[in-house]
Amino acid sequence: MTHKILIVDDEPNIVMSLEFLLKKEGFATETAGDGDVALDKVRSFMPDLMLLDVMMPKKSGFEVCEILRADTALKQPRIIMLTAKGRETEQAKGLALGADAYMLKPFSTKDLVAKIREILAA
Amino acid sequence: MFLRDLTAKWRFVLAVGVLGLLMTGPFLLTSVLIWLGASPGMREVLVQHLLPQVPLGGMLTASGFLVGLILIRRLFNRYVTGMAAMVEELRLMLGSNRSFRITEEGPPELRELVRAINDLATQRDAYIDDVESQVAKAKANVEEEKNRLAALMSELAQAVVVSNLDGRILLYNNRARYMFESLAKGPTSVSSGALIGLGRSITSILETSQVDYARDTIRIQLERGNRHPVANFVTTTDNGQLIRVQIAPVLRNRLDSQDVQVASGYILLIENITRLLEQEARRDAALGDLTEGSRSSLGTLRAAVEMLADNPDMGTEDRDRFVGVLASEVTRMSQRLDNTLTLLADTLRQHWPLDDMLAADVIEAAGRRVQERLKLPVDVNTSAVEPLWIRADSFSLVSAMAYLASKITEAGDVRSFALKLGSDEKFVHIDLLWTGLSMSSETVLSWEIDPMREDHGVNPPTLREVLDRHAGEIWYQRQRTTSQASIRLLLPKAKPDQDLLAKIDREPSSDRPEYYDFDLFDRPMGQVDLDQPLSNLVYTVFDTETTGLEPANGDEIIQIGALRIVNGRLLHQENFDQLVDPRCQLKAASMAIHGITDSMLLGQPTIDLVLPAFHDFCADTVLVGHNVAFDMRFLELKESSLGLRFDQPVLDTLLLSAVAHPNQQSHSLEAIMQRLGIQMEQRHNALADATATAQVFMRLLPALAEQGIVTLRQALDASQKTYFAQVKY
Repeated sequence: MTHKILIVDDEPNIVMSLEFLLKKEGFATETAGDGDVALDKVRSFMPDLMLLDVMMPKKSGFEVCEILRADTALKQPRIIMLTAKGRETEQAKGLALGADAYMLKPFSTKDLVAKIREILAA
Repeated sequence: MFLRDLTAKWRFVLAVGVLGLLMTGPFLLTSVLIWLGASPGMREVLVQHLLPQVPLGGMLTASGFLVGLILIRRLFNRYVTGMAAMVEELRLMLGSNRSFRITEEGPPELRELVRAINDLATQRDAYIDDVESQVAKAKANVEEEKNRLAALMSELAQAVVVSNLDGRILLYNNRARYMFESLAKGPTSVSSGALIGLGRSITSILETSQVDYARDTIRIQLERGNRHPVANFVTTTDNGQLIRVQIAPVLRNRLDSQDVQVASGYILLIENITRLLEQEARRDAALGDLTEGSRSSLGTLRAAVEMLADNPDMGTEDRDRFVGVLASEVTRMSQRLDNTLTLLADTLRQHWPLDDMLAADVIEAAGRRVQERLKLPVDVNTSAVEPLWIRADSFSLVSAMAYLASKITEAGDVRSFALKLGSDEKFVHIDLLWTGLSMSSETVLSWEIDPMREDHGVNPPTLREVLDRHAGEIWYQRQRTTSQASIRLLLPKAKPDQDLLAKIDREPSSDRPEYYDFDLFDRPMGQVDLDQPLSNLVYTVFDTETTGLEPANGDEIIQIGALRIVNGRLLHQENFDQLVDPRCQLKAASMAIHGITDSMLLGQPTIDLVLPAFHDFCADTVLVGHNVAFDMRFLELKESSLGLRFDQPVLDTLLLSAVAHPNQQSHSLEAIMQRLGIQMEQRHNALADATATAQVFMRLLPALAEQGIVTLRQALDASQKTYFAQVKY
């Protein structure tokens, strides 16, 4: 079965690489450029996993995470937060709000794929 | 006993009586005894023979008596009356005129006495002179030290205020004054919240609760035996500036115990940290942006690079897209770095103390230094269009210039230098020029890393270090055609705090700094005490200019000028000088007096803003004015509408002059000034007239003291009496 992954980031440059990478790895992908679009796509695309950037216009990754986790009727996707903020307090916050993993930019694409597979297999 | 208390006149009468008795008494007694002892026949014979002789005897006795009288009179004049006059002279010598000497006259014994007295007086004068000169010397020393301290304080770049235990200001320096003046809010020159002045409370410039808390902190630290207690607080001013205050006590030993120290006053170091905090916040934000932005870009770059590396068989189109990502991300990173560095340029160099200064001043100092050290002529050209400011440590910059010049002369034959100032949009150029000798850029480069030993002791910095400290650069350049060589020193332009610098520039130089008065240390102040000596009180001497003479008929105040007298000193700098918009047209007649025109009043604050500020300015002081009843009527008419009360004691120099010199015809300000020898160029400007009044007032005080008027209550009573006397008249 093909896992569906939603890539959420306001930087098209990284979205492009991630999309290319995940398609090549055999996942079905969709992308979103801000928090609002991401919420819509979660409901229409029903991803198994989200790559969620923290700093975005409209709604931050934290907010998106919070809204999704609060919606009990929804089929909950796994969430890996991607961020450029290095502070440990923010990592703790992301995990507390319901993210499954937290990856600090810049990361290796191999590590990212390994992390995705690990979380989907769990 | 009884005789000793008689006056000279009665003693003279007594002496004459005794003389009369002595001359007639024995004769009469003999006659009576003979008469009583004689037989009746014998008495007949006596009458017959002696009676015709009585007129002769009487005449002889009378003339003898007269001679005696003249003799006694002369003796009396010479000894008794003469002595009385001498005593008066002696008193004069003891009191008001100690150089007076008694004239030597009268009988020899008296002259001898006078001589001895005069010798004694001369000896006494020598002692007094000696003591006085020693006291004066000691006083001058103390005064000099105090002046030196105050001068030192006034030059400090940090704001300093010294207060006594009650929080009354004893000293403040220039920087403190400018800081609080620039913090003042409101439309007037002296607004509430920024009243800094000798004898004023520090709570008029700082939050009372915070000052109290800091004082408590210090007291507790002292009680715990901390010998260097300090308290800090940060306070916000009314216009949103952040002020950091550091308070340390002025310590003295407690009277009953030498080991226990108590505070006798406080030193406050005050710093406006608004700019500093803004800078710090900017730096934090810039650093945050830099790290986050870099992480984000690196994440994108890494992902793209890995895609390219892991997929060598990628199609051309995809490859182009990823290469495009790399290019745009790298460009963004470069831009971000540039932006951050620009933002941080100011803040990154904060740790080395640099001052805002004029580049022209620095190169003039450098010119002098090169001239002195190398004995070569230096042509200094500072004729730049605008004043160029740099942030610099002038000592290290000047020695860097001198170091360069001496390196150049070591390298070859150079006869003269020129120093030239220039600038472009962002930088100030300081060019050190010479003719003839050319050298390689490598040589100049090697000078950068040599320690500059000449001006610096241990651990001399290198030229490079000094340049880095100033964010500067140097390079060598040469024009082949003119054989003119130069080293250019490039420094970033600075934007100094213009307001502050402008204020410091127009600082009037006075012989005696007015910013301190340590005599106030142990003097309680605050509410005006009527029984205080006049010399101890704080006065606000003021004058107003008005649109006319009838406040009840709509005449208004158009100018208020005032100054303070604290501890017998006229404080010119602590003045109040404000024009007021009367909201009506000025009359031509009044314009002729004060010279204020409608256009001068345009945009000035109105009385409902100015009077509260003046009320604050003169709080807890005695008001003084000339014919002050006139000014007070204008003030009082506004009291109810503005909710103010000018209820402090008021003294009038017109009335005080009438008390001091009751026999003078005129007590107009001009007449008094002339009488007391006070000269004044400008008149009929509120501040100038207030200054004149203040000088008159201070000269009147000794004259009043001579009449026994020393306290405020006595001065008020005496004024009232003359006033009533005049009204009755």
